[in-house]
Amino acid sequence: MSKNITLSREDIVRLCERVEGAQMRAVAIPKLTDEYPSMTMDDGYAIQTELRKRFIEKGHKLVGWKAGLTSKAKMKQMGVEVPSIGFLTDRMAVPEGGKISVGALVHPRVECEIAFVTSQDLEGPRCTAEQVLAATDYVLPAIEIIDSRFQKFSFDLQSVIADNGSSARFVGGGRPRYASELDLRTLGVVMEKNGEIVEMGAGAAVMNNPAEAVAMLVNILHGMGEYLPKGSFVMSGGITAAVAVQPGDFVSARFQELGTVSVSFTE
Amino acid sequence: MDNNLITRLGDRLYEAFVEQKTLVPFTEQYPEITLEDAYQIQERFIERRLQAGEVVVGKKIGVTSKPVQQFLGVYQPDFGQLTSNMIYAEGDVMNLDELIQPKAEAELAFILKEDLVGPGITAMDVIRATDYVVPCFEIVDSRIDNWKIRIQDTVADNASCGVYVLGETRGDPKKLDLTLAGMVLEKNGELLSTSAGAAVQGSPANAVAWLANTLGALGIPFKAGEVILSGSQSQLVDIADGDTLTCTVGGLGSCSVSFKGRTAVQRKTQEQQA
Repeated sequence: MSKNITLSREDIVRLCERVEGAQMRAVAIPKLTDEYPSMTMDDGYAIQTELRKRFIEKGHKLVGWKAGLTSKAKMKQMGVEVPSIGFLTDRMAVPEGGKISVGALVHPRVECEIAFVTSQDLEGPRCTAEQVLAATDYVLPAIEIIDSRFQKFSFDLQSVIADNGSSARFVGGGRPRYASELDLRTLGVVMEKNGEIVEMGAGAAVMNNPAEAVAMLVNILHGMGEYLPKGSFVMSGGITAAVAVQPGDFVSARFQELGTVSVSFTE
Repeated sequence: MDNNLITRLGDRLYEAFVEQKTLVPFTEQYPEITLEDAYQIQERFIERRLQAGEVVVGKKIGVTSKPVQQFLGVYQPDFGQLTSNMIYAEGDVMNLDELIQPKAEAELAFILKEDLVGPGITAMDVIRATDYVVPCFEIVDSRIDNWKIRIQDTVADNASCGVYVLGETRGDPKKLDLTLAGMVLEKNGELLSTSAGAAVQGSPANAVAWLANTLGALGIPFKAGEVILSGSQSQLVDIADGDTLTCTVGGLGSCSVSFKGRTAVQRKTQEQQA
């Protein structure tokens, strides 16, 4: 699969700086396709890769990856057939029960996900869910805080990919479990905000099985010339719809068999 | 409403059920109808089914999810009676010819091993008194025109109960997480939606406790051996000839049901087009 890069090196660097600036200063910017309407998904990944290199050069540590747009409803909405991916660094990690400052984000929303920690390298292009499960050390519950840095929630796949799949923060916790002891498809989750149930679902909402989403992620990585090294933390995609949060909110995600993860939001 | 009118409306529902017809909503014809009137009409409707040879085998709880409560403007569930002709076994093909305008809901059913006599029943009593739980489908149906129901209409119409099918995998409620158990609903092998037990009154056991207390206040028996359909964990699903639905509850198992035939509304529409 040859890459379809239409942007010049200069454009990629310039757009990367624009995204980085929006992330660092928590300001919304117009979607990148406003200026580059013919921008491709590969262009988006080229910008994301540039962003990843910059963060790593600054000393951020790459801890893993996330899959996004993994539900049928979201893919249909975006007119795509593949999920998107983004990278995760140590700077995005928030401890279980921790606090997240909303002021450092543009318009944060939270999703409940099943996360995987791998014990073997995984490589595309034909990675399967079975291979993912065989290479999984354990699974755990997670809350992802996504934050689109684009104005008016304007949702555009190329721009979202360049913006690192809207990755902002993540909280892992609860109870680690061996995936072989669970049925990830029927594993239920209930999300509560300030004690009220706001979203519910089960693992099958994520590409019919969260392990499928991880396999897809590995195959997308292969397209970028990368693999998933052992010890990676991978968030497989939102089981529930994303819920907006504001200062003062307390979010708790209760998972069948995996315990609870919670996080609160401050100014 | 006076007793004569209540009896007459219960009879009209029974006749609509037998003749597979629908009625103008009672709430349009009799805007003064109360929830108490509606339950008395339901009692008459069921009385007619029992006179025709059926027996009561359990209860269904409806209006248990927040979206449905908001839609109907009520903030508590309702209930109806399950009777012997409503039962299908897993693996049976459900005959749509016998229904008017059915829709399916994926649920958890409780089978009691002890009587539950309210008031004063809590979810803990429900767990104690439950023999086992199974995944199930309730096929709701309405004897009211085009499902144009308000809460009084559906209550009078036996909580829009149609028929039901219980899955064969029995679960011990003491070995399950009823609140967090996932619910995966598929139609013809395609994923339709996912949910969890908490969709029903925060937990299906809460809905059953509500039912025990409500029945206790009304003096209606709630007996060991009865089947309780605890409330929908899915949206309402349209069904047609050839469809197969499967629901799977995390940690428990699944229930499948297939459909054949044409509903009364489908037959009528096709006749009009012909």
